[in-house]
Amino acid sequence: MDFDPFCPLGDSGIVVTLGDGIDSRTHEKVMALLGYLEEHPFEGMVEIVPGFTTVVVYYDPIRLFHLGVSFPYEWVLGKLKEMVSQFAGRKAGEARRVEIPVCYGGDFGPDLVEVASHNGLTPDEVIRIHSEAEYLIYMIGFAPGFPYLGGMDKRISTPRRRSPRLAIPEGSVGIGGEQTGIYPIESPGGWQLIGRTPLALFQPDENPPSLLRAGDIVRFRPVTQEEYVALGGAD
Amino acid sequence: MSVEVLQSGLCTTVQDMGRFGHQQHGVIVSGAMDTLALRLANRLVGNPENDAALEITLLGPKLKFHEDQLIAICGGVFSPMIDGKPVPSWRPVWVSGGSVLEFGQAKKGCRAYISFAGGIDVPQVLGSRSTYLRAEIGGFKGRPLKKGDSLQMNQPNDNSMQLIGLLANKRDRFPFVAADWYIGETMLPSYEKSIVRVIRGPQFDQFSQESRRVFFQQEFQISPQSDRMGYRLSGSRLELEQPLELLSEAVTAGTIQVPSDGQPIILMADRQTTGGYPKLGFVASVDLPILAQRKPGTTIRFKEISLMEAQQEMMKVEGMIKTFSRGIDLITRHATRS
Repeated sequence: MDFDPFCPLGDSGIVVTLGDGIDSRTHEKVMALLGYLEEHPFEGMVEIVPGFTTVVVYYDPIRLFHLGVSFPYEWVLGKLKEMVSQFAGRKAGEARRVEIPVCYGGDFGPDLVEVASHNGLTPDEVIRIHSEAEYLIYMIGFAPGFPYLGGMDKRISTPRRRSPRLAIPEGSVGIGGEQTGIYPIESPGGWQLIGRTPLALFQPDENPPSLLRAGDIVRFRPVTQEEYVALGGAD
Repeated sequence: MSVEVLQSGLCTTVQDMGRFGHQQHGVIVSGAMDTLALRLANRLVGNPENDAALEITLLGPKLKFHEDQLIAICGGVFSPMIDGKPVPSWRPVWVSGGSVLEFGQAKKGCRAYISFAGGIDVPQVLGSRSTYLRAEIGGFKGRPLKKGDSLQMNQPNDNSMQLIGLLANKRDRFPFVAADWYIGETMLPSYEKSIVRVIRGPQFDQFSQESRRVFFQQEFQISPQSDRMGYRLSGSRLELEQPLELLSEAVTAGTIQVPSDGQPIILMADRQTTGGYPKLGFVASVDLPILAQRKPGTTIRFKEISLMEAQQEMMKVEGMIKTFSRGIDLITRHATRS
């Protein structure tokens, strides 16, 4: 590695960088460190957030001062260095597989035709390509329960809409450039909408509140409008 | 015990110290913008520091108390009045049932906190009572207060009851009795201070030499588009030595990120959990309350601080809060004995 793997994130966090690009090897290291820290939380650790190449560890300097630590950052850095050397070579747990039913096209996917014509495909081909691939969740962010998915076939990549929509309904599945994703809550956005899932990605009354987690493998399954409604989807 | 909202104010929300532990699920932290004022407001009415209180912004609400209630107002100066009589801040105030609390515009600072003995009775969502505006959860029905809302308070604890006992026997002074002791302004950070201390960020060295110099020398104006999510600044354009492609990763309160337009944004309480812009620096945690009190349109300057100093400053503030808390405990214990 030609970069410093540890870097302070302000006065209450540390970024641990485990690679320099989006790839599955780096992702496995991220998941392994995340798992290790969840099983072995250190004194003063507040929470941990995985990213594409990083794990951010938040800590409480006050708690460490109270324990007699004179420079909390240095203390946490020492802990993390020790852990990173211990977990090296450790494997992340088996990935969960999650199937997301999607009703493609129509009112739910007003941009499906646009995505198809942009790529010289038929709408059915777009659906087939989108639902055949396996997607890896690198991280959850941007909105509660929003997965950053890797693995979309470039044959269906489509630039974002020139003027973003003010309100995209919850559950909408879209394509933005070379990425695909699902809007967990109603939000403004510029992605091309190709369908909608009846599943609630953000479940504030559950713990964890996100249906999907970093490390999961996702597949989209095309469903009819009847199935969409039967699965609890609203029109 | 209940309080009715007669006028909502600009953005009056229920906040505690924030929602931690779910950032990896994309759930933002939220919570009070000025955590110092919130913690002290809670202490002054005998509550745990993390209890839910009201955060008011720039233009305060008008609230009617249906029963007697112990409150404290801390933070910015909004000229609060109860039934037309000015109410002092930074101290416990025993409010008579039937009276109305209202606020003027913010004279100093831009946010204030109203704590209620017992705390506001709203359900915890994912471990916090803070309002998460975008996801419409937490706080009071996941939204800012509206005219006609009715807030319920929890039963006050023993500490609060002792403070109430201290003030309630001076009942002659309708419509409220304010304690004659308070947290002195000279002990608190000045809300008119315009210097904010900054720790270098991971991409600091990748900004041009000129930008790094300008950042610590020139003033930046807080734009009117600033809100609980972030403070947008305008000033000299800050530029990277070379364009930089960064991957999204978790961010933190006080992160100073610089999008390609060169105008920095400081991430505040309602920030998204992740971001991908270059991070020039981080506002030291202890100075976030000061920043939270700077009004849009005013200017700030940045001063460098080391990470070690920033952490030591946190401990100093902690010591100050502890001193105040001990003082409050002493007063109540002394009064109940005599």
